[in-house]
This record gives sequence, structure tokens and C-alpha cells, in this order.
Amino acid sequence: MMLETVLGVFTLTMVAVVAVATVMSSNLFVSSIWFGIFSLLMASNFFILDAADVALTEAAVGAGVSTVLFMGALALTAEKESYKQKISWLPIIALGTLALVLFVATFEQPVLGDPNAPVHVHVAPWYIENTPRYINIPNIVTAILASFRGYDTLGEVIVIFTAGIGVLSVLSFKPKGQKAISGERIGTKVRGVQHHAILRVVGKLIIPVLLLFGLLVQFHGKYSPGGGFSAGALFAAAVMLYGILEGADRSSAAMPQKVMLRLAALGATLYTGVGVVCMLLGGNFLDYNVLWSNPVTGQYVGILLVEFGVGLTVTTVLVMIFNAIANRPTYQA
Amino acid sequence: MTLLGLYNYWIYIFLLVVGLYAVLVNGNYVKRMIGLGIFQAAVFLLFITMDKVDGGTGPIFRGSPELDQIFANPLPQVLILTAIVVGIAVTALGLAIAIRIREEYGSVEEADTRRLDKQA
Repeated sequence: MMLETVLGVFTLTMVAVVAVATVMSSNLFVSSIWFGIFSLLMASNFFILDAADVALTEAAVGAGVSTVLFMGALALTAEKESYKQKISWLPIIALGTLALVLFVATFEQPVLGDPNAPVHVHVAPWYIENTPRYINIPNIVTAILASFRGYDTLGEVIVIFTAGIGVLSVLSFKPKGQKAISGERIGTKVRGVQHHAILRVVGKLIIPVLLLFGLLVQFHGKYSPGGGFSAGALFAAAVMLYGILEGADRSSAAMPQKVMLRLAALGATLYTGVGVVCMLLGGNFLDYNVLWSNPVTGQYVGILLVEFGVGLTVTTVLVMIFNAIANRPTYQA
Repeated sequence: MTLLGLYNYWIYIFLLVVGLYAVLVNGNYVKRMIGLGIFQAAVFLLFITMDKVDGGTGPIFRGSPELDQIFANPLPQVLILTAIVVGIAVTALGLAIAIRIREEYGSVEEADTRRLDKQA
């Protein structure tokens, strides 16, 4: 208990310091590295707060995927800020007031870990009590995510798919009257990593382990922390690592954009399809009870399929985004 | 001890303000996305702070009644789990737009794009 408090306060203090460093740094490369560290510290703090699923996802997405995407974007924009940051007082005063109001309000908040906090006395106990009865899988988070609140998750999957489509369509424009500077693709530039034997050898060893861990997280997510979202981020991280080590042209040859796009659509369709099949079998939309003769087994099958759909969409969308950014030629404005 | 129990909220407020400051004040679009990321993380922290129950464990049954007594609240975790992945998808979209802005304007600084807009 005591150790938990000390660790929590320590990581959160670090988080605050790193956040300031992230914002203050005028070199964006440095800033995005700080941001990766920020996410990793945040993930460890989530773990201390008993949210293992969230910690896993934040570590994979925040520290892994997002740092890579920021690097890719920096290579196509500018590594440094062109203007010195001026101190402007109006935002500082406004935000200071906001902080003060929120700070005063915290004294009305339940303290950390208070079992009688309003959030713990209503709704949540029902889920904890009834998960074994209706769904009978150990991980309550997965049960709520994929079954009890399956509608929300379907919405989130559609949002991710839409964002992927958005990135593809924004980056499919070719600027008029501008020539791509040949040989300036990030992918080919990054081929430079091939000279670093240690990085390549060690990095390549990580890829199969990462994929294996992704499979575990995907299919064991009902018994241990994990599920489609974190597994998708892990798979995508493996592909990104390959792209960084071997060049993004190779990663997009291995994972062609067209196939990724169709698979992303397939994942979302699989999710929706499970819901429709439930309706055809006489149940409600996404009511997995009717999928099997035994309702609990039906739930199990439904969650397995739906989580697979989520994993497929998240993986392919993230890979698609990475390939789109990394294979973008540099245009001279 | 009571004050330490509020520490998470204070860090939440701090991150919220720092992230928002970067979004408001910084003219660089990529830096703004980073600021937005910090702002988002502040909200994640607020929600995950709510889930903690003293003496509890992560919300996973371990198959014996003695162990499965008190659980952390799974609901905020579900919300944030999906929000993290949606967050990265949105960040990627923002970065893609920043890349397009650089291609058309030759800069990702708000001061430059405003100036060029006025000239046009």
C-alpha cells in the first residue's frame, strides 16, 4: 500500500516534469522523444492504478506507434520550430484561472482509492457481479468492452477506420506543379539503419517476439489483460519496426496499402456482421446469446469474433497510416 | 494522507493546463498535436484515477473466492482503452494534414501560413 503510493507519486511527478520538457523544447525531434517517455511513464502509472489493460495499450500506442508517426511527420515537415516561443500573458492568465478553479474543486473530490466514491457504488458493481453469470470470462474489462457495451466499441472501430481513410485521402493528393525530390523518401533515407549492424540484428530479433506477444494479447485477452485494441497496436508496432529497419518501401511491399484497406474494412464488417447474424438468429443486435445453443458459449464465440475484428481493423489502419506517411515523397513548395 | 490522495487530480490539472498551453500558444502545427496528446493524457489520467479501489486488484477473476474480493472499477478502463487508440488515429490524421500544409505553404508555422493567406 505504502509502496504503491510512493511509486504513484514518483511516476506522476516524473510525468509532470517530462510534460514541461516536451512543451518547452523547440526542437521537435527532441520533443517527440520526450513525448514517448511521457507515454511510457503514464503507462506505468496506469499499471500502478490497477488498469493493466489500459497500461498495455498506452505503452504500445503512446510510446511505440505515436513516436514513430511523429518522426515520420517531422521528416516531411520541419525538425525545428522556426519561431521563438513568445510568452503571451492572456493564455497564461486564462489557464492559470482554470487551474485554480479546478484545484479548489479537487478538495471536494473523493480521495484516491476511496471505495465509497460515487463511481464505485452505482452501475459498476452490477458488471463485476454479473460478468461470471452471463459471460463467464475472467477479464471483466474485455467482457464489458466486447459484449455489455459492444455498441460503443463498434462506434470506436468505425472512428478508427474513418481516421485511416482520412489519412489515406489527405495523403493521396499530389501537389500540382511540384516535383517530388527523388530519393528523398523517408523509407529510403531510413535504409541508412542498415549500416548499423547491432540495431538491425537486435531489432529483427524483436519482431517475431513482438508478433507472438501480439497473438497472445489478442487471443488470451479474455483471461489476462489484452484484447483487440492492444494487440492491434502491437502488430502494427512490429510492422513499423520492420519498416524502420529495412526501409518503408519493403514494409509496404509486404503489406500493400490496397490489401490493408480491404482488411480494415473487413474487420469493421466482421464486427457489424456478428451483430447482424445475432439479429437473423432472433436476438438483438450484438446479443451474442443466440450464437450458440448455450448462451454463455454464445457470448464466448461472439467476443472472440468481435475482438478479432477489432484487432484486424486497428492493425491494418495503423500499418496503413505508417506506410502512407513513410512512403510520402518530399515535395518542394 | 488525505492530501496525497488528491495528488493524482493535481497532476491531472497540471497536464491539462500544460497541454492546452501548447495548443493555444505554439504556432507549430506538429507541436500542437503533441500538446493535444498531453491534454488527452490528462483526461486519461483523470478517468484511470477514478477506477482505483483500496486493496483491490485489476478487474480480472483469478478463479478463487479468497482472491476475488475487491476489484478496480472496470468501466473507466474500458472507456480509456478505446479512447487511446482513437486518440492515435486522430493524431495521425492531424499529422497528415500538417504534412499537406507543409507541401502547399512550405511551412508548418501558423505565422507563415497566415501571412501567405493574406498575400493570396
